[in-house]
Amino acid sequence: MRLTALIVAATLWLAPALAFAEGQAAQIIAENRDQIEKPSRQTIGPVITALAASGDPMADDILSAWADKRLVIRKADNALLLATPDGDGLSLSALDGTPAGTATKADLTELKPNAGVRGLIAAALVQFTLTDPDPARRAAALTSIARDPTAETLEPLRAAIETETDPALKAQKQRLERFLTLRFDPDPEARVAAIESLGSDTALDVRAALNPLVATTRIAGAGAPQGQNVARSLTIGRDLNDSEAYALLVAANLAPARLTLQEQRDALLANVVNGTIGGIPVAELNTQAARDRAYTALEAAGTVAAAATDDEAKAALAAHRFFDVYVEPDPTVTDAARAALTRIDRKVSVMQAADLGLDALSLAAIFFLAAIGLAITFGVMGVINMAHGEFITMGAYTGFVVQLFVPDYTLSILIALPLAFVVTFGAGVAMERLVIRHLYKRPLETLLATFGISIALQQILKNVFGTQARPLTAPGWLDGSLTFNDVVSISYIRIAIFVLALVFLMFFLYLMKRTRLGLEVRAVTQNPAMAASMGINPDRINMLTFGLGSGIAGIAGVAIGLYAKVTSEMGADYIVQSFMTVVVGGVGNVWGTLAGATMIGSLQKLIEFLNPSNTLAAQTYMILFIILFIQFRPRGIIALRGRAAGD
Amino acid sequence: MTALLEVSGVSVTFDGFRAINNLSFSIGAAELRAIIGPNGAGKTTFMDIVTGKTRPDAGTVSFGERSLSLLGMNEAQIAREGVGRKFQRPTVFEDQTVEANLILALKAPRSPWRVLFCKPRQSDLARVRELADEVGLGDHLQRKSGELSHGQKQWLEIAMLLAQEPRLLLVDEPAAGMTPAEREHTTALLVSLAKTRAVVVVEHDMEFIRRLNCRVTVLHEGSVLAEGSLDHVTRDPQVISVYLGRG
Amino acid sequence: MTSPSSVRKYPTGGAGGVKPPAFTDSPSLFARNPSVLIFIACLAAFTLAVTLMSEAFGAGVISTSFVKTLGKTLCLCLVALAMDLIWGYAGILSLGHMAFFALGGYMIGMWLMYARTEEIVVTALSQGGLPATPEEISQGIATQIFGVVGSSDLPLIWSLAHSLPLQLSLALAVPGTLALVFGWLAFRSRVTGVYLSILTQAMTLALALYLFQNDSGLRGNNGLSGLQNLPGLDGTSQDIVSIWFFWASALALGLGYLTLSWVVSGKFGSVIRAIRDDEARVRFLGYPVEVYKLFLFTLTALIAAIAGVLYYPQAGIINPAELAPIASIYLAVWVAIGGRGRLYGAVIGAAFVSLLSSLFTSGRLPDIAFGPVALSWVNWWLVILGLAFVAVTLFAPKGIGGLFDRFQNLRTPDRKGAPLGPDDGSLQEQEAQQ
Repeated sequence: MRLTALIVAATLWLAPALAFAEGQAAQIIAENRDQIEKPSRQTIGPVITALAASGDPMADDILSAWADKRLVIRKADNALLLATPDGDGLSLSALDGTPAGTATKADLTELKPNAGVRGLIAAALVQFTLTDPDPARRAAALTSIARDPTAETLEPLRAAIETETDPALKAQKQRLERFLTLRFDPDPEARVAAIESLGSDTALDVRAALNPLVATTRIAGAGAPQGQNVARSLTIGRDLNDSEAYALLVAANLAPARLTLQEQRDALLANVVNGTIGGIPVAELNTQAARDRAYTALEAAGTVAAAATDDEAKAALAAHRFFDVYVEPDPTVTDAARAALTRIDRKVSVMQAADLGLDALSLAAIFFLAAIGLAITFGVMGVINMAHGEFITMGAYTGFVVQLFVPDYTLSILIALPLAFVVTFGAGVAMERLVIRHLYKRPLETLLATFGISIALQQILKNVFGTQARPLTAPGWLDGSLTFNDVVSISYIRIAIFVLALVFLMFFLYLMKRTRLGLEVRAVTQNPAMAASMGINPDRINMLTFGLGSGIAGIAGVAIGLYAKVTSEMGADYIVQSFMTVVVGGVGNVWGTLAGATMIGSLQKLIEFLNPSNTLAAQTYMILFIILFIQFRPRGIIALRGRAAGD
Repeated sequence: MTALLEVSGVSVTFDGFRAINNLSFSIGAAELRAIIGPNGAGKTTFMDIVTGKTRPDAGTVSFGERSLSLLGMNEAQIAREGVGRKFQRPTVFEDQTVEANLILALKAPRSPWRVLFCKPRQSDLARVRELADEVGLGDHLQRKSGELSHGQKQWLEIAMLLAQEPRLLLVDEPAAGMTPAEREHTTALLVSLAKTRAVVVVEHDMEFIRRLNCRVTVLHEGSVLAEGSLDHVTRDPQVISVYLGRG
Repeated sequence: MTSPSSVRKYPTGGAGGVKPPAFTDSPSLFARNPSVLIFIACLAAFTLAVTLMSEAFGAGVISTSFVKTLGKTLCLCLVALAMDLIWGYAGILSLGHMAFFALGGYMIGMWLMYARTEEIVVTALSQGGLPATPEEISQGIATQIFGVVGSSDLPLIWSLAHSLPLQLSLALAVPGTLALVFGWLAFRSRVTGVYLSILTQAMTLALALYLFQNDSGLRGNNGLSGLQNLPGLDGTSQDIVSIWFFWASALALGLGYLTLSWVVSGKFGSVIRAIRDDEARVRFLGYPVEVYKLFLFTLTALIAAIAGVLYYPQAGIINPAELAPIASIYLAVWVAIGGRGRLYGAVIGAAFVSLLSSLFTSGRLPDIAFGPVALSWVNWWLVILGLAFVAVTLFAPKGIGGLFDRFQNLRTPDRKGAPLGPDDGSLQEQEAQQ
């Protein structure tokens, strides 16, 4: 054993001198043949290192073959050979690479190194792959090191940086070298320097590299732990509870395990004597106190093992102290890592706020799209349209039907947007003519009638399209997302929806402020009688306005369908939020709708961020907030004031 | 005579438009007062402020012997203090009988609990009949008030105001749409009411005001332009220029 | 006050003449409203008939499950009465009353489930050799009830669930407090009309979403189940229990009808109808309109909660879907179809529509064939209901109750072209401003 180690050490030192020494590998293997045939993780290390360092061009092949179970012994002559699958059989070659004929599996004994040994071989192989002529293989090696960093890879990696020619790979190697240095370098100063060189880089891999340095374990002891890197001292009641602390004591063999209620029960049941346990009748053991008494009686009699009492447990807890200690022993390293993580966390928070802002904007855009049609019918005409949600659904289904006939997604969306407008515009005009026209000035009855229409429409859509979700696929160029860094990104679909919302805002403003129709709509809104006397036909205006609001709902449906699932109930999911958007923003004002959507979108995202596990709760709190908000601003954020507001 | 209602330094702004500008006004406990002024002079806003519908930006409104501030109170509390208001258009509860309308208005506890267990006493019913007879609706007690004519609704509303027994009555253009005979009748009613309480009449019709024969307050751009007898104010050159001259 | 006696009578009024009898001359509620007696008689006859035809006490013509359906329908009629009071009489279209109904159900469901689980747990533990300790029992109950949402602790809100009287008082206190707080917030800021409707709908949605969470303490979307089994009554068959609940529901409906008839017939009824028709005018008469609304909102919430307490033991299961906003909308649909503003209209509407609904959605009716296409009632019932509802709103605002007017040949008040219905108050208010 010791002899081989010496030889190996010698070869290791000689290796650079014997560069390109053909046959060196074969020689090392020959010298350590026993170990290679039956390798153990503890002892094979030096052999593998020697092979890797031999400089023999065959070493790479031999190690790879060994790891792949292709290093075989020919039963006939007990020769160690490399095997390569070749058709049904195997072609063989000697350790110096010369061909050695073919064989079948039956002729050969495979060497089967265990997982530990294969790990060592793989680490040794790294230096070959890191300098492999093929850049793809070098990149793959870097990825595999990054995924599972080990101390062994540090040196080969450093060695491979110099010779790297590809600048991207070189940068990657340098970055990885720093990650490995900060974890595995024997010199603490080098590690601290590596940590500090990272600055406040927010990339995920930086945080992944730093986090293991500040990992802690929880220990218990009579006094302060000696020679360990203490992260903090723990207080029972604040940092951990009694039972957790006691469990630590038990784990450290500092206290006996406590009796669980189930064990107590089993022990009592095992000692029933004449209907009594420890002198207490079984029927009286219906309280915990009685059971404790019975168990104490049994302990006194010696029939059961003594268990720690509450007092003993308390005393044990009081006699010990509890600590979180770093797995990493060096305090300078942990301090540096902690400081770096704090720096990074601070920067990440800023990034997250930015990301949250983007999310909120895109949600606001969706709410705005869903609500703007409603803002027109409700805000401008004072008509409540509870079937608005179903118009959104109709728009989405229009998109689905178009995609059935037009397979090109880009083209189909371009057709679907105007078609959805036409379909829901028609539905809106029909509804206005048939129902709502008769109910002007009776808002509650309009609300009810449109409910009826909503119930009927939703069921009709369900009957036609079924209950399962239908796909509405976005064109390929909308796939993926715009990524700024590991924290901040936004999907292209959401950007598209945002742009669409902006377009609608512009369109609406243009329509209301710059066109004849907008002028007439505003005139009818403010004073229908006067408008009628000036030659404006209020019937026509109402019809067009309602159709417009409904048509926009249809377009919003296509947009929403692109990222949400299209079901007959999808519109209903948006109706309450849409109303809230309009009401919170202030009725009768497109800027109000925009403000309402922005506020509701941001708030919802904020609540989701504060309570990420529970989107249902977010919606609950959202609605509660809105109810409270209306207390303080009953007319919404942007309110019409004075006489024009009515009372 | 001590003032029943004292309005001082009140201002209201709607969207930058000063509807009432540093207005001061007071009326005694048994006084008839007419308020005139061009459109937009702030007549209706003034009534809104007194009845609690509009909250002024500045100023004080105090009422009664204890000089109760009306500013912190809502419409219902102010009405219970004894301020009655008659709108220009008759607003009665058309779905209910004349009798039910009058019982609603009758001075009595207003809280839900008291109303729930309230059972009209014979004296209340007698008072309702008396009021109905007074305004000529004695035969119509059991008719739905929606079936009444426009003029009858006006009278029903006046009877409701009387049933409320207000100490201050604000009347908005009572003569609008009335026949000369009805006007005469209304004039007599208002004059007799003013013997026991304060009555403020907002009116455009100079002839009607002349017949009321009372002090007149002229409002212009939210503040008092002139005050005094009708003859006095109609001689005022300012009044003539802003109001009478145009009319 | 001294009457202005100097004033002549109004010239057009005919002097003298026989005065018609005033409504306050006849003191009895029944004499004033014969429909109350008729209704109580019909309800009693119906209860007797169902009892005599039930499996438990009679011929067995009616199956137990149908007795339960009828009992549940009576509870729905009761909540429809509450809806009629708040909407038909006071003009407040609340879309949240089914939330109060379901909250009542949840509260009684907590006791039913707790007590029933306690029985099971005690039985199971007593077979283990040792009598169970209180800790073991409560641990066992918690595991049984909350295992399904991955918890084994009894939440704080269950701390009264062991006691029927306490939990029953919660069944009133929880919906009542919610209605009081919500109503106070909403009415205080003068939220009216459609705004109020949407706000109540939002409240319902918020509550439903909250209950859908697993950590809401009420078993998330699993809801509470097994409520038809009454604790301590293992030996009693569901045939008998169903009749008991049917009786209780009929009694509650009868009492509710009497109470509400009394409430709406006197001066109080006059005030709330006045609020419906012209809120501002009522304020100027000195009535604290907001207090009235809050009183009504809370009262009707309590009635809805009582209906829920009786309904869910018959339904056997309650889950957050029961609070979905659509449930409250159906409530409005029933009342509108039955005829709002009259109590029997609400009862007729609720009974008629909910029984038709259960008939059409039961799947027992044969499909209608239109050539090759077969239309199933289950799929098209909601379409019919929705469109029927639109038609009622447009063409028959008085609903089925309007038919009774025709029978009695009662003349409707001529409102000079002004639309009927509760919501024109706000318009008049606007006009009053001008």
